[in-house]
Amino acid sequence: MKKVVLVGATRGMGRAVARILAERGDSLFLLGRNAAELGKSAEDLSHRGPANGAPVAHAPLDLEQPGSFAAALDAASAALGGIDCVVLSAALFAQQDALEEDAELARRLLEVNFTNTIVFCEEVRRRMLASGGGTLCVFSSVAGDRGRKPVGIYGASKAGLSHYLESLDHKYREKGLVTICIKPGFVKTGMTAGLKPPPFAGEPVPVARQVVRAIDRGTPMVYAPGIWRLVMLVIQNLPRAVMRRVGF
Amino acid sequence: MPPSEHAPPPAAPQTALRSGNPEAWQTLAQATIEGWGRDGRPAAELGGDDLARLTERVPLTRGMGRSYGHSSLPPARWPVVASSIFADRILRFDTESGELCCESGLLLRDLNRLSLPRRWFVPVTPGTASVTIGGMVASDVHGKNHHSGGTFGEYVTRLKMRVADGRIVECTPQEHADLFWATIGGMGLTGHILEVTFQMQKIPSPWIWERSERLPNLDAFLDRLLETADEWPMSVGWVDCLSQGSRLGRGHLNLGRWATPQEAPRREPKPRPAITIPDIWPDWIVNKPFMRIFNELVYWSHWRRVKTGIVSPEKFFYPLDVLRKWNRMYGRNGAMTQYQCVLPHTAGRGATRALLELLRREGGAGFLCVIKDCGAEGRGLLSYPMPGVSIALDIRITPETPRIVDRLNEFVIECGGRIYLTKDRFTRPEHFRAMEPRLDRFMEVRKAWDPHLKIRSAQSIFTLGDPP
Ligand SMILES: Cc1cc2nc3c(=O)[nH]c(=O)nc-3n(C[C@H](O)[C@H](O)[C@H](O)COP(=O)(O)OP(=O)(O)OC[C@H]3O[C@@H](n4cnc5c(N)ncnc54)[C@H](O)[C@@H]3O)c2cc1C
Ligand SMILES: NC(=O)c1ccc[n+]([C@@H]2O[C@H](COP(=O)([O-])OP(=O)(O)OC[C@H]3O[C@@H](n4cnc5c(N)ncnc54)[C@H](OP(=O)(O)O)[C@@H]3O)[C@@H](O)[C@H]2O)c1
Repeated sequence: MKKVVLVGATRGMGRAVARILAERGDSLFLLGRNAAELGKSAEDLSHRGPANGAPVAHAPLDLEQPGSFAAALDAASAALGGIDCVVLSAALFAQQDALEEDAELARRLLEVNFTNTIVFCEEVRRRMLASGGGTLCVFSSVAGDRGRKPVGIYGASKAGLSHYLESLDHKYREKGLVTICIKPGFVKTGMTAGLKPPPFAGEPVPVARQVVRAIDRGTPMVYAPGIWRLVMLVIQNLPRAVMRRVGF
Repeated sequence: MPPSEHAPPPAAPQTALRSGNPEAWQTLAQATIEGWGRDGRPAAELGGDDLARLTERVPLTRGMGRSYGHSSLPPARWPVVASSIFADRILRFDTESGELCCESGLLLRDLNRLSLPRRWFVPVTPGTASVTIGGMVASDVHGKNHHSGGTFGEYVTRLKMRVADGRIVECTPQEHADLFWATIGGMGLTGHILEVTFQMQKIPSPWIWERSERLPNLDAFLDRLLETADEWPMSVGWVDCLSQGSRLGRGHLNLGRWATPQEAPRREPKPRPAITIPDIWPDWIVNKPFMRIFNELVYWSHWRRVKTGIVSPEKFFYPLDVLRKWNRMYGRNGAMTQYQCVLPHTAGRGATRALLELLRREGGAGFLCVIKDCGAEGRGLLSYPMPGVSIALDIRITPETPRIVDRLNEFVIECGGRIYLTKDRFTRPEHFRAMEPRLDRFMEVRKAWDPHLKIRSAQSIFTLGDPP
């Protein structure tokens, strides 16, 4: 039974991961920006664990407010009696056109997905190394694998994040901190609900199963669904002249 | 809400949403949205976790789209529908009383997986688990236990809804009772259901004790169906409506009850692996000879006359769910509909036979024909069941289908019966009105909450006679 802290479990893939962990009996603690949503998700998860009705606790954490990170992790650690694993799936998404039009939105997205996500991971790193290790599982994106027209700014935030996560894993795995970078392809969640699903679009539940398997095995990087590893291999090797012409 | 005349083309769904202008959706309605019968139409489906927000400016909400016809499709002039499927959290479950509150998109399959090991089950389940709780309320579904347990709506204690004027209201059998009973079985036409509170049922074990019988003809079948009703809380039957004469209506009757802890195996039932039917079939594959052979095989697959034993609830309640997307068997471009009607006992014994014969004469008979006896009428203003025999038939859609449905409807009207809206695609307003003395009251309540009939569906326009 693991003690797991989740950031972003109110929706999407984070919700699906939390449900699998709850059903198999892990102890969970939720962090997020919206107390009402957190309360509903905590309630939902509490009815999925084998110990029926055991409450799942939560505390406020807003990725736009780095000042909230330490207190949030303190609360989680106190409630769970230590932390074995942190899963962070929270992020912002916006389409490239919207980001180009709205400088403030672009700044916020970069700050949440890149700067503050890394600041949060650093806080987790310090604590886990001090307490003998643990697993940090963070959602990046295939959008960070190559500069592409439709995901320039969002992709840049994820490229930076993937880079950081890989270096973290190289440096600290021996010392007990296992870092896992999840790279989802297109997955049908609320985040992508307005977009037309491309071929190979995935569903949150199978993706969540992959994520949980990676956490259990310590797999450092996972494309989800798996087919996206191939898709990205092709895209990464296309010549620039081609990338300039195509729309994806 | 009349669509405005000079709508500029919208830039993005966000713009269309903000403008609240029905026509703005027309250019965005690129995907084909379909019900289980695969007779789709272009529309935009709005997805997202916050159902309350999604339903602010749309004419309809849908769940898994397991209704067969156009119940879950929006009007052609306002082609957008909110999807509830991301709103799927359990918000409360009282382990003492069994009262459960959830968001309306909760999938029945998920709920079953969680509730069976705890010895709770939904009080009523339809024949597939791929439905949402919201859809079960909107269709006021019935199950194998209708004669003993009634419809799902009888166990609903509270609904949280977004109504046409934009307010979010809660209704119960006491509070806004008119809205409550119009929404039970109201096909989403009274507002968007956001949350549902209902009573779960305590079960003695997670297994079913089943008895099934092979019966040589329709009379024998109907006799046994009615005889067994008192002893067996759950029953349903499959009959062969392609065979003729004395063999017409031969079939299997499945009876069941929850197994006692003594009868039940120690282990928990395991989920069955399902296979997904690929979308590769030519449209003609489901034809007469195919269906004849199929029915012959099904009939004789029950070799012993009577079988008894323990089965999993999944196998008992959802036999077809092992074939995911089996509606694809009707072909890549093929579509089907289901005709489901209830013939009241007052219409007499011969009515069921007469209906099946009429169907065969008209050439509509297919391979899925399910018969079940119904108990008392539900309290929902448009709830389907009434005391009598319920018959459900799959029909491939051809140019002839509307005419066949007309003939069947005329017969049902003569018998004093009615059809099930969630399966229907072709019933005309004059026929529906003739079957539904309760329609006036339903429309009265609907208009009290929605004077301009802003909330409507492709079906309410076609069958209830709503303005386009
Ligand atoms: C194989 C199979 C077997 C079936 N067996 C049975 C059976 O035994 N008994 C029975 O009664 N039915 C049966 N049905 C029908 C099915 O139970 C109903 O059509 C049910 O409503 C489908 O739920 P859904 O979530 O797919 O709803 P949808 O098909 O998406 O919607 C159905 C209706 O409900 C409305 N609706 C859905 N969600 C909401 C919401 N949140 N707010 C407002 N309105 C909403 C829609 O507008 C629409 O009018 C069967 C269907 C299939 C495919
Ligand atoms: N879906 C895809 O196709 C896809 C593809 C590639 C990568 N990804 C990445 O995968 C991850 C999960 O995606 P998803 O589709 O599951 O996302 P989602 O459904 O949109 O969920 C996002 C989660 O992040 C939380 N969140 C957002 N901003 C926050 C903030 N400032 N502070 C704290 N929490 C915040 C949300 O909480 P609230 O409830 O408060 O909103 C929500 O729980 C993301 O990192 C995303 O970038 C997704």
